[in-house]
Amino acid sequence: MTSASPNPSAVATRDLRKRFGANEVLKGISLDAHEGDVISILGASGSGKSTLLRCINLLEIPDEGEIVVGGETIALRIGRGGRREPVERAQVDRIRMQVAMVFQNFNLWSHMTVIENVIEAPVHVQRRPRADAVREAEALLDKVGIADKRNAYPAHLSGGQQQRAAIARALAMHPRVMLFDEPTSALDPELVGEVLRVMRTLAAEGRTMLVVTHEMGFAREVSNRVIFLNQGVIEEEGRPADLFAAPKTERLRQFLSSHLKA
Amino acid sequence: MDFHFLRETVLLLLSGVPLSLNLAFFSILAGAVLAVLLALMRLSGNPVLDLPARAYVFVFRGTPLLVQIFLIYYGLGQFPEIRQSLLWPFLREPYWCALLALTLNTAAYSSEIIRGGILSVPFGQIEAARACGMSRWLIFRRITVPQGLRVALPAYGNEIILMTRSTALASVITLMEVTGIASKIIAETFRAVEVFVCAGAIYLILNFAISRGIAFLERRLSPQLREQGAQDHLPEPAR
Repeated sequence: MTSASPNPSAVATRDLRKRFGANEVLKGISLDAHEGDVISILGASGSGKSTLLRCINLLEIPDEGEIVVGGETIALRIGRGGRREPVERAQVDRIRMQVAMVFQNFNLWSHMTVIENVIEAPVHVQRRPRADAVREAEALLDKVGIADKRNAYPAHLSGGQQQRAAIARALAMHPRVMLFDEPTSALDPELVGEVLRVMRTLAAEGRTMLVVTHEMGFAREVSNRVIFLNQGVIEEEGRPADLFAAPKTERLRQFLSSHLKA
Repeated sequence: MDFHFLRETVLLLLSGVPLSLNLAFFSILAGAVLAVLLALMRLSGNPVLDLPARAYVFVFRGTPLLVQIFLIYYGLGQFPEIRQSLLWPFLREPYWCALLALTLNTAAYSSEIIRGGILSVPFGQIEAARACGMSRWLIFRRITVPQGLRVALPAYGNEIILMTRSTALASVITLMEVTGIASKIIAETFRAVEVFVCAGAIYLILNFAISRGIAFLERRLSPQLREQGAQDHLPEPAR
């Protein structure tokens, strides 16, 4: 009912479970993101939102459940020591190319200039010709508004500029899905707007995005679906207009009232 | 001052410089290869690899280089197995014994420097590389090594200088490098002060050149630090 989109599935999880020691962080998450969906994932800290995102591109290996990217199920097996591991590393690398990640702390490679950051994966992972990668990177930097910083090192950029460079780096992979893990949480308040503007542009282009965020304005205005996670389960999901206007659960009501005040 | 004697002494000592540099260069080179291996063993997370590497570093850092040289030169010949092995033609030569001792010694120190360099790379940057689909080897080559090298270089520069000076110990097993020649001149002339001052000056000049080379490399390898200037790394001066 919530995934009434006619587009094909971009990424799906089925009954995803993840445990760190005795702490079960994800307790069976199933979600289906279709091409063009912009899904905001909300939840208090510790609710499992970042872990969910990190499972989708296998930065964390889920203990149970399935991940399907572009119709391809990631093959996992029980490895040595009883922990799950990918059957085939090549498949993981292939899937990761389709699922780009934007991190809270940007994680730009500090020994490379902005443009070198952007062309690194296209040239060395996807083996595209360098000249093409550079041309495309320049267009992407122009799009995120830091074309003039192409030869700067990350240390010389503001947080907002670094995050926009990181978005350009993610876009350069031509990903099927983009994952944003609290992309504005590490930014000074006055720099949040420039990053959100870029993300709005991407959403308007019809890119598939999963966004873990505390920006209620973005969740309400930009996404077509909102998922509210609480203690490792999807407590509520639906269209933002419905969720924000009439939260069904007490938890979401509390979460919204504390976050909308600020 | 006997300038004639000093001149003669310096000329004699200079003839030992090629051997000193030869020992330093090849022991550092071979030591670096071994050190990378040891560092990777320590970082493997596998106790079967980690423990031997730990033990190796413990032993070779914990005992004097002089003792190691003596043990290799005098000690290995005690074993008939070694005397009959294919290695004996090498191990009975003082040159190869000195080179082996210097190599094994510097490998222990260098492996810790390299390990520190590798660990200094922020984990987030490794994750970002993983998230781009980069393989482990590609991440090591493109992200870890270039950044780790920059961090390790100042400490590794120390090690290079230390090794250049340590080659002097090779003189105790009859090698005629700079210090060996100095000892010989002193034995003939009893003019220890002049001769050792000359020898010290030669090491000083060698290490001056080496430290300039390292400083140049450091600047070349750290373009992201060049622009902002070194003073940014110091605390604000009190006003």
